[in-house]
Amino acid sequence: MAEATANGLGQHTLHGAQAHDPAATGIAPAEVHQEHPIKLYLVVWAWLFILSACSYLVDYVGLQGYLRWSLILIFMMLKAGLIVAVFMHMAWERLALTYAIILPPILVLVFVAMMVFESDYTLLTRTVFFGAEP
Amino acid sequence: MADTTLTHTGQAQPRPAGLQGVAADWSSDQRAFKNVSWGKAMMWIFLLSDTFVFGCFLLSYMTARMSTRVPWPNPSEVFALHIGGSNIPLILIAIMTFVLISSSGTMAMAVNFGYRHDRRKTAILMILTAALGATFVGMQAFEWTKLITEGVRPWGNPWGAAQFGSSFFMITGFHGTHVTFGVIFLIIVARKVWRGDYETGRPGFFTSRRGRYEHVEIMGLYWHFVDLVWVFIFAFFYLW
Repeated sequence: MAEATANGLGQHTLHGAQAHDPAATGIAPAEVHQEHPIKLYLVVWAWLFILSACSYLVDYVGLQGYLRWSLILIFMMLKAGLIVAVFMHMAWERLALTYAIILPPILVLVFVAMMVFESDYTLLTRTVFFGAEP
Repeated sequence: MADTTLTHTGQAQPRPAGLQGVAADWSSDQRAFKNVSWGKAMMWIFLLSDTFVFGCFLLSYMTARMSTRVPWPNPSEVFALHIGGSNIPLILIAIMTFVLISSSGTMAMAVNFGYRHDRRKTAILMILTAALGATFVGMQAFEWTKLITEGVRPWGNPWGAAQFGSSFFMITGFHGTHVTFGVIFLIIVARKVWRGDYETGRPGFFTSRRGRYEHVEIMGLYWHFVDLVWVFIFAFFYLW
């Protein structure tokens, strides 16, 4: 819907016949202030404490293997999500900004995958040429 | 979706020539982030670039750790503190985490009081944030001292893979530097709030521009980012 309108107006402009309706004059809407109830911040604060305590307990109790890893990653992503969404107000920003900021770091995962293969290969060559034990 | 404003000027308007034209064209009426001020958008873009810096550090750490044949020192034991006759694993790191999260909480509240023009509460909360940040840096300095006296160096350590030291000093050092600069800027902005610069429109000493209470929110974005990076360092470096 919105894209169709944009295209229509864009072509309209190319032909040089521009109507002076206020929506098309290019004045940016007012900048919004991020004001939210204090209680929301306190709740998120408490949750960050709980999640940090949980991830610390994972190490304290001494969980190992996949359970340890999935728990650590889940707590980490929950904490990061809370900080970005509420403390940094990303949840109330427009989608254009959210995508511009959140998507690029996710692409780092491609880099991670490449380096996993690379370090596996390095480990293999080290094992082959220097022996299994250091 | 309906509130998206289209930017188009109709017929081509006369544009200034030369260098002035370059500046005018780059700062012209195109605007991607509709309701976000340039200050906030630029802080977000800076934080994005900083994400890549820390991402590369953590990636190189992962690569070093995965590709070495020498066993990695167990962070749970390396960062344990001897308290009351027993070793408590990672206790200092846990306290540091809680301190940094608390500073994020006070910062978020400072932003809120800033928009309500409550100068006193905003400034106090920002100074509290700075104090917690300084506490964090102090505990990190203690941790560095402890590890250095135990023989950890960027080129080796008594417990295992030599890359442990270089990864540790690089990642936590860079993060600690970010916290330190954050503390300095928190104090600067808190002083401006306290003095009422954002009420009287007093020009900034560096930019000569009038400040707004949005500066507190932009400062907050940086500070929360520092906390965010710590979340990842805590998970990948200390808990792995």
